[in-house]
Amino acid sequence: MAIDPTPTAPPPAVRIRGLSKRFGSGEREVKALDGVDLDFQAGKLSLIVGPSGCGKTTLLSVVAGILDADAGEVSIFGETITSMGDRARTRFRARRIGFVFQQYNLLPALTAAENASIPLVIAGWRKAPAVARAAEVLASIGMAGKVDSLPAQLSGGQMQRVAIARALVHDPSLLVCDEPTAALDHESGLAVMGLLRHAADQPDRAVLVVTHDNRVFHLGDRIAHMDDGRVARVEDRGPDLSAA
Amino acid sequence: MAWIAIKMLVGDRAKFVGIVLGLTFASALMTQQGSIFCGMLLRTGALISDVAGDDLWVMDPGVQFVDDVRPMRESELDRVRGVPGVKWAVPLYKGNGRVRLTFNPDDLKEKTYSPDRLRNDRRESARPSAPSNIFTRGLNLFVRGAGDLDSPPPRWYTPDDVNVVETVVLVGVDDVSMIGAPARGAMVGPGPRGRMWVGRPEDLRRPDAILVDRVGLRRLFPGCRLEKPFDDPPESEEAYLARLEAFVRAAPEIEMNDRRAVIVGVCEATRTFQSNPVVFTLYSRAKRFMPMERKMLTFILARTGKDADGASPVAAEVAERIRERTGLAAWTGREFAFRTIKYYLIYTGIPINFGVTVTLGFLVGTAIAGQTFYNFTIENLKQFGSLKAMGASNVQIVGMILLQASLAGSLGYGLGVGLSALFGMKTLDRWGNSTELASFTPWQLLPITATAIALICVLASLVSAQRVLRLEPAVVFRS
Repeated sequence: MAIDPTPTAPPPAVRIRGLSKRFGSGEREVKALDGVDLDFQAGKLSLIVGPSGCGKTTLLSVVAGILDADAGEVSIFGETITSMGDRARTRFRARRIGFVFQQYNLLPALTAAENASIPLVIAGWRKAPAVARAAEVLASIGMAGKVDSLPAQLSGGQMQRVAIARALVHDPSLLVCDEPTAALDHESGLAVMGLLRHAADQPDRAVLVVTHDNRVFHLGDRIAHMDDGRVARVEDRGPDLSAA
Repeated sequence: MAWIAIKMLVGDRAKFVGIVLGLTFASALMTQQGSIFCGMLLRTGALISDVAGDDLWVMDPGVQFVDDVRPMRESELDRVRGVPGVKWAVPLYKGNGRVRLTFNPDDLKEKTYSPDRLRNDRRESARPSAPSNIFTRGLNLFVRGAGDLDSPPPRWYTPDDVNVVETVVLVGVDDVSMIGAPARGAMVGPGPRGRMWVGRPEDLRRPDAILVDRVGLRRLFPGCRLEKPFDDPPESEEAYLARLEAFVRAAPEIEMNDRRAVIVGVCEATRTFQSNPVVFTLYSRAKRFMPMERKMLTFILARTGKDADGASPVAAEVAERIRERTGLAAWTGREFAFRTIKYYLIYTGIPINFGVTVTLGFLVGTAIAGQTFYNFTIENLKQFGSLKAMGASNVQIVGMILLQASLAGSLGYGLGVGLSALFGMKTLDRWGNSTELASFTPWQLLPITATAIALICVLASLVSAQRVLRLEPAVVFRS
């Protein structure tokens, strides 16, 4: 199902056209994505939802540039990520994309600030300024007291906050989040979504969240419902922040 | 990224310790076995290194190593003396002699031990001398039919006269110059350090005189504990020297080839490969201490001097002249020592045996360190995947893995070499002489071990890195 952008809308932050991805071959072939067309705007929190195995995470992986598509095109703020070489795409990810994972993926030996500083270190920052900047970001999301804590000393919600700080520390244009609330209780999930909602309130940043947690659907500006590798429908609406 | 790599490695303490221990084990085993190998090989040329003052060793051309005794005619000595560039040349006899002696340990102890020590010794002698510990008790349980190990033959604790027949290395030094004798000067005490414990090399001029080496006293006078100071309670060097002096005064006469020999001093000699006692005497007397043969001259020790025209030829040049003019073989001491080592390397199984041990150390070290390091990387695969997803390049990731491997390798290498050095120090006695175990670590062994450890680390990190390089960053989105 092709979703055309409205003629009056600004150019999309993320533009997806004819995206296909298959896994396996022969009888075992699975169409994870089957000609997906989608646009996501900057300054919005966009949710990709759907049942398990519908292709949400595959779509997010291709958009984030960590998985090659078989066909189709993905542009992020005008740069076509699907036509980039490996190195260029790696550099693009380091510069423009922030990641939030379901299992946090924090390095257990590093403190919260050190974990949050990783994207800056990858970009070539020295340790001290990178950690200092990460501590500022952690403080801005209410984690000032946990800067020197190791992941093992943090709760699930706190670890996800550190992961969000890590995703935001280098001021990316696109934030991709895979099931950020799946491992959290309702309250912590809402708090994390609130942070993502806040992160999306910037005109030069788009936030994509893959989730099947219908308790947070109301926070999305645009919700793309996927089924069987296709976009079934797209809902555009203003967020209901009353519960966040 | 370096600090992240180091924190990742050190953060998982159990794995980190496992990796470092594996590398330490490999490094220690390779260095220690290598050191023992080198130490043993150096012992093969013990006589060569102990003889000072000469430049050249001249011998029968068929001689392959220092123990390969092929006597020459005495007239060869004059021929060598006639070669231009030879300042002086002296004879040296070296052969395996046989000593016989009879002594009463109680008498000897009475004359050498202090009264307190003698009382203790008699008390100890009344007890069975076989050790009793958990191992020996366990052994008695399992080896029932082999007799009671706690009951040694009675002669060990109710000693009568003991008869000793022992093969010794007999060294006959030049009667006049005494070139080849142990260096003058005491082993301990003030003044320049020589190789004499009791007596002087000049004492060899006394009738029937011989010098014996300190360690050899253990084989010549078993049970008298003359070869080293007492450990419990510790005996001072002065007391030990006094005991050795008393021993020289009281030592029984020795019989060699039906001739009388008298111990006039105790010296220090580098242990020989066969660990036989070393006996020094004069060249003329050594010929009497051995069954008479027509030719007795074993080696000629020569010193280079000036030519007739006043030029000073180097030793190698004079050696070449000796070879040309006399048909004998001539080597510098260093060359002859290496020639001896080369013989043992080629014609004995020693290098193969040690090579197998060192290779096993390398393989076991590789297996332990490599497997642990690989497991460490595999367990951190998701973390490496996250770093890749966040934009870390393959070069950065491989750099991290290599850094982790080099850090663990450096630590393991340092600890291993340190342990080996400690072991080497433990093999020395209190005066820095080697004991039963020879251990010598030449500097070349250190880079060789370092290369082997680096190879282990590179192998381990390559295997680990290729898993990380093949890793799709999308793995991070799979829960």
